[in-house]
Amino acid sequence: MAENIVTVSDANFDEEVGASETPVVVDFWAEWCGPCKMVAPVLEEIAGEKKGSLKVAKLNVDDNPRTAQRFQVMSIPTLLLFKDGEPASRIVGARSKNQILSEFEPHIS
Amino acid sequence: MKAATKKVVILGSGPAGLTAAIYTARADLEPLVIEGEPSSTSDQPGGQLMLTTEVENFPGFPGGVMGPQLMMSMREQAERFGAEIVTRKATRVDLSARPIAIWTGDPSAPEPDITTEALIISTGARSLMLGLENEARLLGYGVSTCATCDGFFFRDKKIVVVGGGDSALEEALFLTKFGDSVTIVHRRKELRASKIMQDRAFKSAKIDFVWDSVVTDVLGEEKVSGVVLRNVLTGEETTLAAEGLFVAIGHAPNTGLFDGQLEMDPAGYLKTTIGTATAVPGVFACGDVQDHVYRQAITAAGSGCMAAIDTERYLASIE
Repeated sequence: MAENIVTVSDANFDEEVGASETPVVVDFWAEWCGPCKMVAPVLEEIAGEKKGSLKVAKLNVDDNPRTAQRFQVMSIPTLLLFKDGEPASRIVGARSKNQILSEFEPHIS
Repeated sequence: MKAATKKVVILGSGPAGLTAAIYTARADLEPLVIEGEPSSTSDQPGGQLMLTTEVENFPGFPGGVMGPQLMMSMREQAERFGAEIVTRKATRVDLSARPIAIWTGDPSAPEPDITTEALIISTGARSLMLGLENEARLLGYGVSTCATCDGFFFRDKKIVVVGGGDSALEEALFLTKFGDSVTIVHRRKELRASKIMQDRAFKSAKIDFVWDSVVTDVLGEEKVSGVVLRNVLTGEETTLAAEGLFVAIGHAPNTGLFDGQLEMDPAGYLKTTIGTATAVPGVFACGDVQDHVYRQAITAAGSGCMAAIDTERYLASIE
């Protein structure tokens, strides 16, 4: 579906996110989460607009509990921005596009 | 977004707003729904049902229906008849202007973004938090605003739910699927919740109750490790170990936008006169924003239908 969004998993997280040259936003989500559904189209828009300077990835916490646990995700949606493979910024809960951009933009050069 | 004046704009997209959208769209009034913006509180597109799991009492679904699914279906039904839906939030309204003026961007901008002949307000109510400093600090680290979203993370953990109404018991029962134990903390000795929910909660082996008590602090450095309880009768403070805290202590209407422009009751709910009419001609209110008594998906939808019919008649009368 979402062509600008990469699906990541426990298996390929280090490769897709850890080793990424560009900053990566990872959307920790699950099927049963209503707010996750509302934030997904917003991320799709951001992914399209920031193509080249920002990578957007989604990780299903139900299928990939190890990565969720590794970054202490205890609430979804959680958006984690990784820069040089390290978490640089975190948003807990769904937000509007403007709120997401104003939180993450300072970290994206 | 500056465009021609709309016949009707609907603020909010819970059952009330989307029912009003279905009816006004079928009446060829080409409604614009300003659905709100994503958040993890109940003040978001789709409203409070987006944070629920199975809805068992919405007529027409004998096997129940998932709250978010019900809202997606209502949205689709409104769009089918031509309702336009935008994912924005109103930041200011001028209800004395004709046409009625609505801002969705910078509220101090001289020109409104949208103008309309009639307005249906269905901005709903949002769930209240305790308002504690450590509650905000630990949000996402054991404090959750959405049991259905986050219950999964509390497998075999000790969970505290605060509140005594249907929402509190629903959350508690849902959380028993994951948690090792669920303790309901309630400030009185009796629950407000419906009989069927009380029966289920009392029957659950995983649920216990702490009566006459309030949560005064949330403990934990990196994540929640417990809560401080105060017995409201004796004043005695105790600590209860817990890894998860879910708050369901009631709701407040989303009416800040209308301060000074519409009549409200002391709790901030909009006052309606005949049907769904407010004191301002052309402005109608439906759903939980004007109802703190029934607060059901079906009553919200019903009043949304009423607001649509009232709007249709109003528009016909000014033509």
